[in-house]
This record gives sequence, C-alpha cells and structure tokens, in this order.
Amino acid sequence: MGSLSHSQPRSPSHQPRQQRKHTPKAKTQGLYQRAIKQAFIKLDPRVQVKNPVMFLVWVGTIVTALVTINPNLLGNATDKNPQLFNGLITLILLFTVLFANFAEAVAEGRGKAQADALRSTKTDAIARKLLPDGTVQEISSTDLRRGDLVKVIAGDVIPADGEVIQGVASVDESAITGESAPVLKQPGTDIASSVTGGTRILSDELVIRVMADPGKGFIDRMIALVEGAERTKTPNEIALTVLLAVLTQVFLIVIATMPPIANYVNSPVSVAVLISLLVALIPTTIGGLLSAIGIAGMDRVAQFNVIATSGRAVEACGDVNTLVLDKTGTITLGNRLAEEFIPVNGHTIPEVAQVALAASVFDETPEGKSIVRLAETYGVASFFNLDQAEGVEFSARTRMSGTDVADGTEFRKGAVDAIKGFIRSRQGEIPVELDHAFEKVSRLGGTPLAVCQNQEIYGVIYLKDIIKPGIRERFDQLRRMGIRTVMLTGDNRITASVIAQEAGVDDFIAEATPEDKIEVIRSEQAKGKLVAMTGDGTNDAPALAQANVGVAMNSGTQAAKEAANMVDLDSDPTKLIDIVTIGKQLLITRGALTTFSIANDIAKYFAIIPAIFAQAGIGSLNIMGLASAQSAVLSALIYNALIIPALVPLALKGVKFRPLTADQLLARNILIYGLGGVVAPFIAIKLLDNFVAAIGLA
Amino acid sequence: MLQGIFQIALTLILVIALTPILGQYLARVFLQEKTWLDPILEPIERRVYRWIGLRDSEEMTGRQYTQAVLVSNLAMGLLVFTIIIAQPFLPFNPTGLGNVRWDTALHTTISFLTNTDQQHYSGETTLSYSSQVFALGFLLFTSAATGLAVGIAFIRGLTGRSLGNFYRDLVLAITRVLLPLSLVGAMVLIIAGVPETLAGVATATTLEGANQAIARGPIAHFEIIKQLGENGGGFFGANSAHPFENPNGLTNLVETIAMVVIPSALIYTYGLFAKNLRQAWYVYGIVLALFIPLVALTAWGEFQGNSQVNALLGSAAANLEGKEVRFGWAQTALWSILTTATMCGAVNGMHDSLMPPGGFSTLLNLFLQIVWGGQGTGTAFLFVYLILAVFLTGLMVGRTPEFLGRKIEKPEIVLASIILLIHPIAVLIPAAVTLAFPETLAGISNPGFHGISQVIYEYASASANNGSGFEGLGDGTVWWNLSACFSLLVGRYVPIVALLLLADGMAHKQPVPLTTGTLRTDTGLFTSITGVIILILGVLTFFPVLALGPIAEGFQLAHL
Repeated sequence: MGSLSHSQPRSPSHQPRQQRKHTPKAKTQGLYQRAIKQAFIKLDPRVQVKNPVMFLVWVGTIVTALVTINPNLLGNATDKNPQLFNGLITLILLFTVLFANFAEAVAEGRGKAQADALRSTKTDAIARKLLPDGTVQEISSTDLRRGDLVKVIAGDVIPADGEVIQGVASVDESAITGESAPVLKQPGTDIASSVTGGTRILSDELVIRVMADPGKGFIDRMIALVEGAERTKTPNEIALTVLLAVLTQVFLIVIATMPPIANYVNSPVSVAVLISLLVALIPTTIGGLLSAIGIAGMDRVAQFNVIATSGRAVEACGDVNTLVLDKTGTITLGNRLAEEFIPVNGHTIPEVAQVALAASVFDETPEGKSIVRLAETYGVASFFNLDQAEGVEFSARTRMSGTDVADGTEFRKGAVDAIKGFIRSRQGEIPVELDHAFEKVSRLGGTPLAVCQNQEIYGVIYLKDIIKPGIRERFDQLRRMGIRTVMLTGDNRITASVIAQEAGVDDFIAEATPEDKIEVIRSEQAKGKLVAMTGDGTNDAPALAQANVGVAMNSGTQAAKEAANMVDLDSDPTKLIDIVTIGKQLLITRGALTTFSIANDIAKYFAIIPAIFAQAGIGSLNIMGLASAQSAVLSALIYNALIIPALVPLALKGVKFRPLTADQLLARNILIYGLGGVVAPFIAIKLLDNFVAAIGLA
Repeated sequence: MLQGIFQIALTLILVIALTPILGQYLARVFLQEKTWLDPILEPIERRVYRWIGLRDSEEMTGRQYTQAVLVSNLAMGLLVFTIIIAQPFLPFNPTGLGNVRWDTALHTTISFLTNTDQQHYSGETTLSYSSQVFALGFLLFTSAATGLAVGIAFIRGLTGRSLGNFYRDLVLAITRVLLPLSLVGAMVLIIAGVPETLAGVATATTLEGANQAIARGPIAHFEIIKQLGENGGGFFGANSAHPFENPNGLTNLVETIAMVVIPSALIYTYGLFAKNLRQAWYVYGIVLALFIPLVALTAWGEFQGNSQVNALLGSAAANLEGKEVRFGWAQTALWSILTTATMCGAVNGMHDSLMPPGGFSTLLNLFLQIVWGGQGTGTAFLFVYLILAVFLTGLMVGRTPEFLGRKIEKPEIVLASIILLIHPIAVLIPAAVTLAFPETLAGISNPGFHGISQVIYEYASASANNGSGFEGLGDGTVWWNLSACFSLLVGRYVPIVALLLLADGMAHKQPVPLTTGTLRTDTGLFTSITGVIILILGVLTFFPVLALGPIAEGFQLAHL
C-alpha cells in the first residue's frame, strides 16, 4: 500500500496535463473517405436490423423505391407527378439511412485509427521462453500463456503483460503512456514490478512471469474497445433503445391506421406520403446517432489514456457519488521532502540528522533520499558498514522503516505513534517534548516522522507536503456536481485535517490502513452510493474490486490492475475526476439528442399534417405557410435527413459538460436542446421549403 | 357569462379545498393509521377478513397482487354475467324485462367490471332492478375499489413500501372510502329530490289525458356511487341528464364534485406517502394546467354557440342543443370536461352536440388519461409520465435517471412503455377497422369529420375506461359490443399489470441518496417539462385523428 505510506515511489513523474503526450497519434487522413465507403457497406439489412429505428427507414426506402417504379403499385397514386415525387422521397430516405451509417462509421473509424496506432506497437515479437530446466526456447509471443516465464534483454520488446521476478532494468513505456523517460523495473517492489506488453526494455535484462494470455492483455483490450468490436450496449443505452423502439411502434400504429380514417373523409393519402410522415415522426435523429455517441464516448476515454474494461464502467462514472482519493499523488504532490529536524530528549540537530540518516540509508524512496540529503547538509555520514546492516522495509501495518545493524542496533523512523509503540516494546522512555514536536509539525500540515535508535527517541523529521495547484477548485466543482470527496491518508489526524481543509475535501480518514479503505467504500455503498477510487498496490486490489469504479494506475501491481475496471496508463490519480466528467458527458449527450429528436416532431407534424389533409379544410394549421403539400413533405424529410450529419460533430465530441448543479444543468440543456429542438426545425423547414419551391421541385 | 364562470370557479374551489382533507384521510386509511371510524368499522372488517380467510399481516409481492386483481375480477365478472343472463328468472323485476342478448350482457359486464360503464343499452328498458342493483351496483363498488387499490399499491411501491395486500385494500376501499362517502352523498341527493324506491313504473295522466309510464327505481344510492367511483353507468339511458338522476343545481354540484374528489385527493395522498407535499402540489398543478384551459376552451365554444345556427336566426345564443336548460352551457361544459378527465363517464348533456372545441377537449382528455384520470389508475399514470420525463430529461444532467431516489432502468422503461403503447393500440386499430367498413360495421349517424370523432370517441372511451359516449352511433350491435370489449379489457388490465410490476420493481430498488447532482423532481422547472412531455407524447400520437375529427369540423363550421 504505497499510497498510504509516508514513503513511496511513483514512477512516471507528473507533468501538467497540457504537456502530456497521448497515445501515439491516430492517423485521421482518409477517415471520411473510409466512413463514406462504410456507410454503403452498412446498408446490408443484417447490419440495419440491429437498429430498429433505422431499419424501419430502410424498409420505407425500399417501399418508396417500388412506388417510384410503379406509382400505382399500392393503390391509385393521388399525388401529382407521382414518379418524381416518390423518387425524391426515396432519395431522401436513402440519404437518411446513409447519414446514420456515416455517423457510426466515423465514430468507429476514429476508434480504429487509434487501435491501429496501438497495434503498430505490438510487433509479433520472438519471445525467449524459460523452460523449467533453465533452457531457453524461442517462440512467437502469441504462443505465450499465462504463467510462462520469459527472459527479455536490452532492446527487446516485452512480449506480454507480466510481472518482473528477477533482474533490474529500465523500460521505455512511451508506446503506451507517452512518457519518454524510462522507468526502472525490478522484482518485489509492489509498484515497479509490473511490465506491459509492447513496451521496450532499454538496458540490462529481466525475467518476467506472463500474466495474460495473448489477446487478453491491456493493449488488446484497449484495441477491442476503441474499435467498437466488443462494444456491448450499456444499461442506459438499452433502456433508451427500448423507449425509442416503443415510440417507433406508437407512430407505426398511428400511420398504419391512418388510411381508412383518411379515406372515410375522402382525404386519401399516398403510400409515399405515409412513409414520409412515419420517418419524420420516428426518432431517427437519436436513432441514427445513438451508437456513434456510445463509440465516441469510449474513444474519449481512450484519448485520455485510460483503458476501460467496459462501456458500463464509463457510464457508471457519471453516477459516482463519492470519490475515495489517496492524499499522496492525488491531492498532494507525490514526493514529500524533509524540511527540518526537530530534536527532543536533549539531543542536538546533528545527532538527530545522524540517526535519521542511519534509518534511511536503505530507503530508496524520494522521501528517504530527501532525508539523507538534508542530513548530509549537517555534515553527517553513515558510521557503520553498509554490508553489516540490513534495511527494514516500510509496511502499511508497522508504518515504519529503518535499518538493523549487525551489532544489534536498530534505527527506526516512522509515524510517531508507531515509533512510540516500538519504544514501549523496547521498554524505552517517551519524552513529553515529542508530542509538542509532533503537534508543531502537524499544525503546519506536514508529516512528522519520529526517529529513534533502539529505545531512545532522538527527534522528529518534518516532511513537508505540497498540495497540488488547482486541486481545490476541482473539489469545489465536484461538490457542485453532488460528488463527495473522501481523502485517505496514513497521516495523523492533525496533519490530515490541515491538508483536508487546505485542499477542500469533504471528509478524510487519518491513519488509514488498507482495511479502512475497503470499510469506507462499503459504508458509502450501504447508503446507496456509487464509489470510485484509485489504487496501485497489491493490497488495494480488494478495495478496487469493491468500488463501483476502480481505476488502477498502470505503474501499479498486476493484482491491482486486474481488480480494477479501468487502468490509467499515465498513472495520474487526479484523472479520476476527468473520467467522471466523461461519463457524465456521455449520458448528457444521449439525453440532449433524444430530447432534441422528440421536440423536433412538433414542427414536422405542423409541416406535414395540414399539407396532406388540405382537402379536409385544415389548411389554416399550415402556420409556416409552406408552398405546397409536396414541398412541405419534402422539406420536412430533407430537414430530417440533414440534421443527422449536422449533429455528428456534437455526437462525437459530446455536449460540453459544465460543473453545475443538476437543476442548473437541466435548465440549461432543456433550453438549448428542448426549446431549441422545438424552434429550430420550424425555421429550417421553412427555409428548405422556400428552396424546394424556388428550384421547382414541388 | 359571468354567472357561468362563477359556477365553474365555485366548483373548482370546492374540489381544491376538499383535496387535502380527503387526501389525508385516504393516507391514514391505507397507511393503516388510526381514524375516527375505527371503532365502528374495525369489527366489521375483521369479520370480513376472517370470512375471506385473510390474515391481516399478509403482504403481497407484485406478482401476487397482480394475480389477486385478475382472479378476483374474473370471478366477479362471471358472477355478474350470470345474473344478467338469468335476469328473467330473478326477483325484483316489476316491469317483467326479458332476456338480455349475450353480446350486450358480455359488453355490459366487462364494461362495468373495468370501471368503464360504457352502455350500449338503455337501463330502464333492458335491465331489471336485480340486475341493476345486485349485478351492476355490486360492480360499481368493486371496480372502483379495484382501481383505488391498484393506485394505492402503485404509490406504495413508488415510495419504497411493499405493495400491501389486494384483498385488504379492496375491503378498506369499500368500507372506509366508498361506502361512507356514498352514504352521506346519497342522503344529500335524496334530500335534494332524487328518488330511491323499489316500486315499479309510475303511471301518470298528462294534461292531454294520455297515460304516461314514468320509470323510477332505487336511484339515489346508485347515482352517488356511479359518480364517486368514477363509474358513470346511469340508471337511465339519459344518465345524469335525466331529471330523476340529477334534478337540480344542488344535485349537479354534489355529483360534479363527487366525480373528481377521490382522484384529486389521491395526488395529495401520494404527497403524504412520499413525504413530499410540495411535489404533490406541483403534480396537481400539471393537472390543473391542462384541465382549466380545456374547460375554458369548451365553455367558450358552447358560449359562442353554433355560428351557422346563429347566422340563420340572427341571434348570438349559446349552444344549448343536447343540453338540459336547468344546467345551461357552463355547468354542462364543466361536467363534460370533468367526466372525460376523471374517466367517470357520466353525462349531463349530449357530447355529440358539443361544439368542436368541446369535442376536441373531451377527446384529448380520453387520450391523455391523466387529467386526474381514472380512479387510482389516473394518479398512477401521472407518475408513469413523471418517470418517463425523468428518463428523457434526467440523462441531461449526466446521471442515470432516478425518481424518488430509485434508478430508472430497462425494466421500468419497458413497463412504462407498455402503458404508453397500449392506448393507441386499443383506440386506433379498432377505429380504423370500423371506419374501413363504414356501411357494414359502423352505423354512424353523421358522416364526415363528426363521424370520425364519434368512432374514435367510442374506442377511446372504452380503452380509457371512461364510458361516456359521443353517441349517435348504432352501437348495440355484435361488432360494436365485441370490439369495444377488446378495448375495454386491453385498456384496463394491461396497464394495471404493468403498473403493479413497475411499482414492485421500484419498491425493491436500493434508494440512492439525494445530492446536488440529483435531478430534483419537485421543482417548477421539472414539473413544467413533464407537462410538455405529457402533451407531446399524448397529443402527437393522436394528432392526426384530432386533425381529421374535431379540428377539421371546427374549420368546416367556421368556413361554411
């Protein structure tokens, strides 16, 4: 549990977002040509039938095509110049289907381009498989299975996702993270021991245990998802599809029952007009764009360098109520630096520095190194032979680390109460000043580490915590969105509360253990909340699995990655906030376009019904003053077709998300997409009608 | 004019004033809290429970509740059908009325069983007192109580409670709500001059010396439950236009209020169940916002009168054709809209004679089914629309839509969609078939646009379980009886099953806590959006038939 510790490595350094390079740039040239080609290929009825709304339009196109060839095929043609009119309708309907296909193809194409870029990093490498007898066998990387051991040497591409079990080497992970700085990989160290297939080893050699079968690795998963190949509809999308199908059925009944009713009052309506009215009324706009919205949503997640295991997980992000965040790396900059030594027990500063140094010589973490650096400024140096000593590693349970020297001397540094416990177990004295020093550092928002030699406390190291710039504003935004933030930290209560207040989180858990993390998640979930969290260590795995949205850092352990439903390739815990936004954006886009689509029906009705029932004397309802019945039908249909490509950019980019309260968001979006959806088609249809009448089409 | 507006306003104010009082009482009854009727009624209810073998604590699942509704309704239907068919052999038949045709008996049974009370016969010349009182009178109570029970169960589920027990709800609806209110109402009606007798036809000698047979009977009690239970099936063919059913202004006021008082109160009851009276009043606001313009439109149409007639006579009279002069244009307009809004279906004037704005408004009520709507079910439909509105707009705040803290997911949308879909199926399909064969099937008195209104009205009335008729149809035929039966059954039971399963599903969801990121459904904005969605979904579906029916007729009258 590195993140809860007072000392932890965090491999790729954190760059500001603007500078971060993303996944190898996807090629977009030829995207539109390919999409146009795809739009025609997707006319295959077997593809169309998956989308009930567009399938109906497709069937309508065929019927109107038939009545274009023979206008009297289905009853006497009543329209004037029926062949031209029916032909135009057929053409517009065909384009409606093609536009919808095009929207989907563009979304898929963008995903594919990204997938291709990723795939290019995956060369079919030769892997050196280590056999149980120690010999090496050269096989294709696709033949590797989970559990196999492989050896990689400098210059090799790592053949599969896995865990380092032997060796130390630097690895270039820029292929997936965009970080050019090489990362050090070594066994056992929780974080730095996991490697990703497709990355390149730069120096030395490693023995890796393969953790994923071929085709199941992270890159494979990412490729499958952005390509839309493995896209299963998300729960919201399914519910929406049901509603759209029902609306389609309602209008199908309305249109199917119309001929006898209209005939009864001698206002017969031709088949082509009936189909036009049906297509105008059924929700083709959202029906045509729905899958593009979903694919584009996954694509946006991938652009953020996050691998989601399912669309469901992305959508769940929109519903998250509580974010459980580690303090370190998320709220504060990962590396705390030693700032000051505070002596107690009558010791001097150099004495404290001496002991602190002794306790930190084996500590490879930035914090450990900063203690060494600070101690060295007091001119102290290691006074025992490093070969005669052994490092005591930090663990989340003991919450201290240190050095055991062969002569039996024990140097320890760690959380103040952990050290107190250590002293007590060694029958030592605990001076009162220690608490003063502890408080002094805590009130500054710093982390106090006590240092001791055997049962003797020397003093306190002040580790300074730096809160990330801009984090407070982000938490304010989250609060407005109704999302609660809980900070977890291994720090003591006073430090935790100072930092919590400075960063503006809603709640914090101090002196947290791995069990606390899962406890927080459980208790929030018991209140019906959806919880998101980030984690990287092995003991984060249960909590990641328990959380509704678990984002593992790519730098984290294999266990954490497998328990999570998303992996952040940049290993930036702050990104959880961005992912939540993407989830919300996905839902908003879907809702906005549905509302727009349904609101459009009012204008289409007012265009078509008065026109086709003009004989029934309801011409006064033609409030738009459309030129003729035929031009009214054609204009409404042209609008209906053109609105799909017009909204493709919005569907792909998503409605811009603003961190407002739900009521404000609703007011804003209903104004734009609801009211706009009512008004826009009135204007557009009127303009199209002028055009259609002017060029003499009808 | 002013007098008419005053009459309408007074009635509405009384209804609104009664809403919280009755609403609170209903909530106490169905939350099983103490009421002052307990000492009298509890022993009776306990006896009834013991008699039907009901243990007081049995809670039903959605499936069990649905099953109980369907099985009990089937049993009641069979019983009533048997009584009507066996009428010649049963007592209380002073005028010696004979056999009832099988299809008439079937249609009548189903129509009363579904709380619709569409009548393809004249009561006084077809049914004996025993058929009227024991068969139909029985259903007047049980069908209303069934609707009320379903409405309450739906509210329970929506607010996270278990659905309750259908049989207990049915008993409570009768003993605690319908019987006491009917008792009081019937007394008032008797005092105001409505007859209640088991004697046969009275014979009178007219001024010209001719003998006239005047039908009468046990009317007062029948009349009040007909109104209160939103049944609407009249003792007489002329329904509440008949001077024995509705003799004067006072009885008209009582009967008007009786129609709407329970569905109106039920919205307030929801507010108490949901502990959110604010939302209840907002929802009430939707209903009023739809209702008041429709009343105004209808009243305006009737007040203006028929331009053609007025032009011929050189007058500016209101349209009094098909109206009782004692009620005038205002009270008839209000009644027509209320009776179609509440799915009561009783009439105090001829809807066929309403001006086109009235035809439009009454039809719209039947299409929407939520301007108060049917006993119990109307309130439930209102909240189904609220759920659909939450789903459509809720996505726009970037969360999975939730209503009362419960997520709206696929099962809810499927069930709500069934309710949305079933009405057009039950109205438009039989209407289209009928109009396709106007000579053989329809028997329409007015061809043209008015004929369309008549046919559509008949099926809309059946499917919405309203029961009023536009009339003017020769509807006593096998085709009309059977096709209306289809609309009646489908329009009643499919939504009830969907409502109960929907409520059951909602009851079992883990509630999500409210945050600022949650879409609040008790705001003016959301309520307005719901209103617009109701109009869009309801009106768009039926816009073509409205256009070819009353709208075309209106333009025709204006342009002649």
